[in-house]
Amino acid sequence: MKKMIDLNGKTYSVVPEVATIQQLLEHLGLGDRILIVEKNKEILQKDHYDTPIKDRDQIEIIHFVGGG
Amino acid sequence: MTGKYSRQELFAPIGPVGQQRIREAKVFVLGAGALGSSGAEMLVRAGVGELTIVDRDILEWTNLHRQQLYTEQDVIDQLPKAIAAESRLRAINSDVKVRGIVADVTPENVLDLFEGHQFILDGTDNIETRLLANDAALQLGIPFFMGACVGSYGLTFPIGVKEGSPCLHCLLEALPPQSLTCDTVGVISPIVVTTAARQTAELLKCITGAQMEPRLESVDLWTGERAAMDVHSMKKSSCPSCSDTPTYPYLSANEVIRTAVLCGRDTVQLTWPRNRQVELLPFAESIRGIVSNLKQNPYLVSCEYNAHRLVLFCDGRMLVHGTKDIMVARKIVAGLLG
Repeated sequence: MKKMIDLNGKTYSVVPEVATIQQLLEHLGLGDRILIVEKNKEILQKDHYDTPIKDRDQIEIIHFVGGG
Repeated sequence: MTGKYSRQELFAPIGPVGQQRIREAKVFVLGAGALGSSGAEMLVRAGVGELTIVDRDILEWTNLHRQQLYTEQDVIDQLPKAIAAESRLRAINSDVKVRGIVADVTPENVLDLFEGHQFILDGTDNIETRLLANDAALQLGIPFFMGACVGSYGLTFPIGVKEGSPCLHCLLEALPPQSLTCDTVGVISPIVVTTAARQTAELLKCITGAQMEPRLESVDLWTGERAAMDVHSMKKSSCPSCSDTPTYPYLSANEVIRTAVLCGRDTVQLTWPRNRQVELLPFAESIRGIVSNLKQNPYLVSCEYNAHRLVLFCDGRMLVHGTKDIMVARKIVAGLLG
């Protein structure tokens, strides 16, 4: 069964090969960005990006950009 | 009520007392590009007492779609942004003491520039200057309203507005060698205005003494994605910028890009600090679509960009040919690397 999560306020269907936060970041093309991840309202430390993604997880990702 | 600020005073959280505080506020706007233009215009219309706006740059045609203070004539006249901004802001509201300064904000001058102001609005276009401003604002005890945007995406975070809240250095840990910029991935004006509006709303709240709950927020106006995080758990007790014994590393020159004009060669050399050297391959990939004559080998990447030849070496140096002006070279690098 496909996992459905809430990603930055929108419903997002996780492809089967994405199992962890790190894999999600890479799938989204954010693997090499400076970013902050929140999972179910808790900030996730970088060494916990191997945390598995579960159905209905609420995930927020904010990446830093240069412009302005 | 028919006064200039009557509709703002009618807004109950501001009221006459808040308006008086706005009237007495001295605000520094760091950068007169897109965010700086938009934020400065809102603050001047709101009737702040004094506003200083600093920028190193000259106006270009590519600025006009999003930098709302400027006109075609300003570009034709090749005006520095700080000068054109000063003139436009004074015309918008003569109550405000507006000062435009043409300068590159550096570790050497940032404290002198910020001194005497009570609030700093971020209108810079790169993370290095933001971290410099973060250190300077923390040292002087001045709140700093961070904002950044590219494409249709923007983020904001107010720093120094609540005890125990993290600073930008806590959130970033290290300066990324490369980040997205408006020169590499473009930008649309709605995200500029949205980002500046969020920064300015927080700044007005802070001026008027509202309860501050700093949150790291982002929005993408194209995709509709948004996020808002309570990041207080990211405050680092050992942070070199905001701990009890801060060293303010970005105020010392060894954390920032060093520059030198190569005598007689019409070339500026930029040298990155060892801990954040730019890697050749990702750099080449990120600029592939916007430069010409891109060449790379294991030792260097070279290309042409805006009539300048750029050469990045694997030891962390870049040569910008075709100029003796450090500001021109820094601007090119900020545009490409953020």
